[in-house]
Amino acid sequence: MKVFFSELYFELKKNRGAMLGIMFILFSLFIAFLAPILAPHNPTEVFPDALRLPPSFIAGGKSGFFFGTDDIGRDLLSRLIYGSRISLSVGFSVVILSLISGTFLGVISGFYGGFIDRSIMRLTDLIMSLPSILFAIVIVAVLGPGITNAIVAVSVVAIPNFIRIIRAQVMVEKNRQYVQAAKLFGAGNFRIMFVEILPNCMAPLIVQASLGFSDGILNVAALGFLGLGAQAPMSEWGTMLSDARSYIESSPWMVTLPGLCILLTVLSFNLLGDGLRDALDPRLKKQN
Amino acid sequence: MNQNLLNIKNLNIYFKSDKNPRPIHAVRDLSFSLKHGEMLGVVGESGSGKSITNLALMGILGESAIVSASECNFSGKELLQLKEREFQKVRGGEIAMIFQDPMTALNPFLTVEFQIVETILAHLNISKAEAKNRATELLLQVGITSPKDRLKSYPFELSGGMAQRVMIAMAISTGPKLLIADEPTTALDVTIQKQILTLIKTLQEKNNMAVILVTHDLGVVSEFSERIQVMYAGEIVETGVTADLIKHPRHPYTFGLLSSRPGAVERPAKSLLPSIAGIVPSFHQRPAGCQFHPRCIHMQEDCKKYDIPLINGFRCIHPMKGPLK
Repeated sequence: MKVFFSELYFELKKNRGAMLGIMFILFSLFIAFLAPILAPHNPTEVFPDALRLPPSFIAGGKSGFFFGTDDIGRDLLSRLIYGSRISLSVGFSVVILSLISGTFLGVISGFYGGFIDRSIMRLTDLIMSLPSILFAIVIVAVLGPGITNAIVAVSVVAIPNFIRIIRAQVMVEKNRQYVQAAKLFGAGNFRIMFVEILPNCMAPLIVQASLGFSDGILNVAALGFLGLGAQAPMSEWGTMLSDARSYIESSPWMVTLPGLCILLTVLSFNLLGDGLRDALDPRLKKQN
Repeated sequence: MNQNLLNIKNLNIYFKSDKNPRPIHAVRDLSFSLKHGEMLGVVGESGSGKSITNLALMGILGESAIVSASECNFSGKELLQLKEREFQKVRGGEIAMIFQDPMTALNPFLTVEFQIVETILAHLNISKAEAKNRATELLLQVGITSPKDRLKSYPFELSGGMAQRVMIAMAISTGPKLLIADEPTTALDVTIQKQILTLIKTLQEKNNMAVILVTHDLGVVSEFSERIQVMYAGEIVETGVTADLIKHPRHPYTFGLLSSRPGAVERPAKSLLPSIAGIVPSFHQRPAGCQFHPRCIHMQEDCKKYDIPLINGFRCIHPMKGPLK
């Protein structure tokens, strides 16, 4: 395991995009952790005399509000800083939820085959046959709007990817001789599945997890934009976008800044994911 | 209760197949026994049923296999009637197995230590710290120098011989009564071969552990095992004490195998080594009568007529008369 990660880091260091991604991710983690210290104002505090102020570096801006204020006079910079907390934890929860359940189902499906495999595969077909955001909307509509339900919905939509990737990998690995050897040393099915086979399926799983992170953030922001995710006054980026939509012509910074935040975060996770894929996939390695 | 560790009577293994409505009869009426601490060499060509017999003993043939036997007793347990849970205790605990290719039999993602300790903890009721100490001792026992470093290694950092030593250490870690070695040296260098087999022999004598040594190499079995069992087409064709069998093979197949070794029989200089013509008949087209008759140089008409029983340790009605050479 240790060798695996140090080798992975060595490969990753060669990839400039992935390193940029990692740096931005670390930067946003830093901001999210230190939000109470870094944010100049309380994200929900209203300044009635400072409505829709432009950023301070543009004519008409006030020095106390670096990125300006929104339509009811809340400091945009503070809201964006607190928003990073929400987005990162959302991405994290989505990955954890879909990773754990997807891995479990995928391993079982690939290992046992037969009826269990067929039923799990039809379930993933069912989820994948609908556009993912549409299906997430349906789930939120049933559960009711809110950040928690949005996370659940987005996780459910992400599960099939994990199941398929793990299943394919397990089906290859289960025929290896070390699996038979483990069995001959008296290991039970669950030990074989989760202690022997699963570590050997790590590579695609890590890639999918980092890509799933960005998908999760994007989908939850989309649900927020549609009014189904985080509810006002919560400073979630997608919700902020949706609130600012009507001011897109008069105060463009209100839409641009949260949009940029989403873009950069998602982009950096995608860069990292691609870098991991290049580093972990031996087939791609040979071509370069 | 009798004295034998392993008693097998009339073991039959069939394989169901989609193409063929009739199941394939892979191993027929196999009977043999093994005493405590005895080494039995099993030889035969590929496809003669050696490996599947072992896998059947370990109970890990797939669902397509039908295994039956009138007796399959391992130290008082009827193996074929064990439940999966009970069988897991036997596998690795009382019967251990080592494989042809040690590099693929170790999990590439886990350290040697993890894999040995895991096996020990699964079968013995000791603490993790004790298991780690035991792992170190075991590596010393199988002749690995600086075991502390090797424990931290991953399988890809080991050489083939070392990996096989680790496999042996894992196999003997729980003090099994029976070790099945399925061609343990085929993937290894000739110089390492001898070391590994000597190691198995030493451990066998020290731990009073019975060993089934499966191999293609008659030289290997004649040197190490007490008894030899020659298999052909899913049957035992000859069995006996090593020294006798090597000197005086009765069955023409054994005779053929033995005389195909360099220097076994006298022949003109620069002539080809004697060999047995043909190949093992496929499972689908078994000949009637003696299984070996299409390839046998001493074949006579009555060989084709009826199944020949195993009498006095060989399955032939026209056995070889004189000793080899």
